[in-house]
Amino acid sequence: MALHFELVTPAKLVRSEEVHMVVVPGGEGDFGVLQGHAPVMSTIRDGALMVYKTEGAVPEEIQVRGGFAEVSDKGLTVLAESVIG
Amino acid sequence: MASLKELKGRINSVKSTQKITKAKQMVAAAKLRRAQAAAEAARPYGVKMAEVMGSLASKISVSDSSPKLIAGTGKDQIHLLVVANSDKGLCGAFNSNIVRAAKARAEELKADGKTVLFYLIGRKGRAPIMRDWPKSILHHFDTTDVRDPGYAEAERIVAELVALYEQGKFDKAHLFFSKFKNALTQEPTEQQIIPVPAPKVAAVGGSGAAVEYEPDEDEVLVELLPRYLKTQIFGALLENMASEQGASMTAMDNATRNAGDLINKLTIQYNRSRQAAITTELIEIIAGAEAL
Repeated sequence: MALHFELVTPAKLVRSEEVHMVVVPGGEGDFGVLQGHAPVMSTIRDGALMVYKTEGAVPEEIQVRGGFAEVSDKGLTVLAESVIG
Repeated sequence: MASLKELKGRINSVKSTQKITKAKQMVAAAKLRRAQAAAEAARPYGVKMAEVMGSLASKISVSDSSPKLIAGTGKDQIHLLVVANSDKGLCGAFNSNIVRAAKARAEELKADGKTVLFYLIGRKGRAPIMRDWPKSILHHFDTTDVRDPGYAEAERIVAELVALYEQGKFDKAHLFFSKFKNALTQEPTEQQIIPVPAPKVAAVGGSGAAVEYEPDEDEVLVELLPRYLKTQIFGALLENMASEQGASMTAMDNATRNAGDLINKLTIQYNRSRQAAITTELIEIIAGAEAL
């Protein structure tokens, strides 16, 4: 099962894809989001999102600055002020 | 009747004006495409932000302990009008429409006995507002040194606004900008920004599932509000930019056409007077020859 992951910044929609898991640098600590995660709304601190395309794959790092992560039944949405790289 | 030389001069001057307006029209058309693309690219973020804000707002109840940005100061005395204009002219009634809307609102508020203050973004709104409300301009945010006002500017504007708000300089803020409908129509729009009105889109797909807030609702809200405000201002700046270029394009198109008409009229007049002059000369010569 795949998790729908969206990464949005004011400049553009950076990502919208199906992934296996994303590790989010939450305001109170990192947390991994898999498909079917309970709804959460969290602040994020500056850091790297780890995107696992498939189980056991080498994660892709996306550096984000400031924003929010929202997990709903539709998937994970990260609203970041800016994305580096 | 103007002399031939004078007419020639006028034709030339109108021609060079036409060249300028034509160039400006083409520049505006190119910029409009870019501004529209930028506005489109920013839309997902704004929509998401409103969604998140809506779902959060539906879950918390506004009380006195809520952040001031959403609960208000408890007063309704000082109104701040944030007026976003452009830095450049040559765009028809674009700026004056926004200013007119803001002034109308200001008069209304004044009639209600409220204090009105202005926060200006962009250069073109300054002079006309200065004329009527010389003492009410709280701050002027200068955007002349940036080519395309973007998120960084929105961030700075919001930081300043929030700082002023915290100092108790105003109780309510309204934002004036021009909404982009299409290249021909731009609509001056007013929007309340502080206190933040809860978005009407109540929790899209609100499944009723209990959402976990981390760290907790209030802290998330405190973080979210300024960001939400930023997206609002950012959206307004982008809309304004697209509107400016659209208005400029239409205005310059009209100006170019008018200049063309004027050139035609002047050319006909020029040719007529030239012919009249030739005819008079001939008559004089013939009359002179006959007299001999």
